[in-house]
Amino acid sequence: MTQKIVIDPITRIEGHAKITIEMDDQGFVRDAHFHITQFRGFEKLVEGRPFHEMPSLMARICGICPVSHLVASARACDMILAVHVPETAINLRRILNLAQLIQSHALSFFYLSSPDLLLGMDADVAKRNIFGVIQSNPQLARDGIRLRQFGQQVIEWLAGKRIHPAWVVPGGVSAPLSAENREKILAAIPEALATIQRTLDWYKGVLDNFREEARLFGNMPTMFMGLVSPDGELEHLRGKLRIVDAVGNIVADGLEPEHYQDYLGEAAESWTYLKSPYYKPMGYPNGMYRVGPLARLNIINRCGTPYADQEWAEFRQLERGAVLSSFHYHYSRLIEILYGIERIEQILNHPDILSKKVRAFAGPNKLEGIGMSEAPRGTLMHHYKIDENGLVQWVNLIIATGHNNLAMNRSVLQVAKHYVKGEKIQEGMLNRVEAVIRTYDPCLSCSTHAAGQMPLNIELINSGGEVIDQVIRG
Amino acid sequence: MSPTVRVKTLTIDGQAVGAREDQTIMQVARENNIFVPALCAIEGLTPVGACRLCIVEVKGVNKLLPACATRIEEGMEVTTNSERVANYRRTILEMLFSEGNHICSVCVSNGHCELQTLAKKLGMTHVRVPYRSTMRRVDASHERFIADPNRCILCTRCVRVCDEIEGAHTWDVMGRGINSRIITDLSQPWGDSDSCTSCGKCVNVCPTGALFEKGKAVSEMSKRQEFLPYLTLMREGKK
Repeated sequence: MTQKIVIDPITRIEGHAKITIEMDDQGFVRDAHFHITQFRGFEKLVEGRPFHEMPSLMARICGICPVSHLVASARACDMILAVHVPETAINLRRILNLAQLIQSHALSFFYLSSPDLLLGMDADVAKRNIFGVIQSNPQLARDGIRLRQFGQQVIEWLAGKRIHPAWVVPGGVSAPLSAENREKILAAIPEALATIQRTLDWYKGVLDNFREEARLFGNMPTMFMGLVSPDGELEHLRGKLRIVDAVGNIVADGLEPEHYQDYLGEAAESWTYLKSPYYKPMGYPNGMYRVGPLARLNIINRCGTPYADQEWAEFRQLERGAVLSSFHYHYSRLIEILYGIERIEQILNHPDILSKKVRAFAGPNKLEGIGMSEAPRGTLMHHYKIDENGLVQWVNLIIATGHNNLAMNRSVLQVAKHYVKGEKIQEGMLNRVEAVIRTYDPCLSCSTHAAGQMPLNIELINSGGEVIDQVIRG
Repeated sequence: MSPTVRVKTLTIDGQAVGAREDQTIMQVARENNIFVPALCAIEGLTPVGACRLCIVEVKGVNKLLPACATRIEEGMEVTTNSERVANYRRTILEMLFSEGNHICSVCVSNGHCELQTLAKKLGMTHVRVPYRSTMRRVDASHERFIADPNRCILCTRCVRVCDEIEGAHTWDVMGRGINSRIITDLSQPWGDSDSCTSCGKCVNVCPTGALFEKGKAVSEMSKRQEFLPYLTLMREGKK
């Protein structure tokens, strides 16, 4: 008998989504989809607003990574101003962005995924949550809370408040860093560093228990994309795009963010509100790529900070080419936290970091701006067009979670095919299907920012394969 | 004080006060450190009683009177903070919020806005009337300033400062009732106005983020209003 399993809602992710798994007569998985069921409309509602308001307006897309949107939006506005943003301002934005990365990765790893990793995929659902973690490994829970606090605290010291600060503005930042706050951040670094190193040691110790998950969780050949510095090091704020293939070879390098429309396409599918971007030269859906921490660690030549470089070298030993399993998003998140803490310290020791010149002023000198940055979940793009008075006319956003849409769907199918079998469905099976989505740490609030009505086709199919009812919109 | 002006005595919130006969309730209250809220009244400009937030109770008068536009009388007993007045004021604020599109968190005047400050101070926690959510076009045609009618509460401070102090009378009100709106010249884009001197007084007296300087990001627009009484005083001195 044909059966349809629906997991709705998926828990421990940011936003609302569901998964449907279609079974055939023999009780095997025929197909699976990851549906994003929420809808926002940001691209439309900012039309007509002065572009100087854009960073703060756009930050409202998300309460978890407002800083990522602030930064990407401000970069797009910098391009509209066509000014040279002071180097100190860029470095201050860089610290803010890394602090955001640290807190978001800590949230994903410790709060959302560590229950699966610590207690096991088959653990009692009532205990498989952050409270279960606190009970069984209080040190791990405390470390997660402290790391997240470190990131949030740095954001507050720089920008005045933890969530939705308005400090990043077109042309730079609105206030310089004070010597006092610099000292505060520097003083907090040793503890944060020790915490993440402890977590990495623990994680590497338990990694072997998840050999099967690592083999099956989105373990597939795809390309990887992200920003790199001119030296091929990790870069979350500026830089150019690099794409590598599954073997680890560079497919494209030095891609200018401004020309993204030349090499990235966006496909719309009928069963989800989230568009599926793909690399144009390879076509759809072969141009599937992944972004985010795993992708970033796959595309670089090295991280650029001492401890992170050591961990990175060990991480790349997992596979010969690129590290392909999406399960290793968890691992790469930890390495990025380590990198973030080290890098913040490096930047704070820059001689000009306390400079008072942190903003360039100008009116709209160009009518179009594109800003790209690396958000915790991957490459984030903001693209604006304005009129000559500076009012926003058109907006396009491609959000990190969107880039991963194709890969997430493929991963869900892979996991469902292996674990979901027969008539009797066990909780542990379904949790694995959810857990593969959690490896990507999708932020659905961000990714469904788009406006407009997407065509939707709902079919009700009976066991004989006949369509008995159909609703089409579009 | 000229010898022909008489002094009158009255009570405000039970406090016995004396003042010149040509003063308003609001002036006397403020001289005696008694708080009376207002969004349209501002020292240095003619009162118009547009926002009605300064309404007070006067013993023996059934209706509530605007403190900004009501002269004091001998023996008046004024109450500025009764429950009835507080309820009316909150309702007025709710109507102001529902009429425009006031989204404090992403407004250039966030943290420096008189409407926002009053809403907090007067305890407005909810808006009980439906939001109108109208589409209003932002006018960014001026070289230095932007007019955002979404945040306009029709206090007409801009109209009065431009007319009474600057003498340009660029701003005016068009339409009636709920359709009223502020215009420049004969409803032309601000940037095309022949009369505007770009002095910026309208921007600084505006109580909200409806008029602001170009290039300001969210929370960055704070207004400077100290200049107004001095300008008025200096002009009177020259007469």
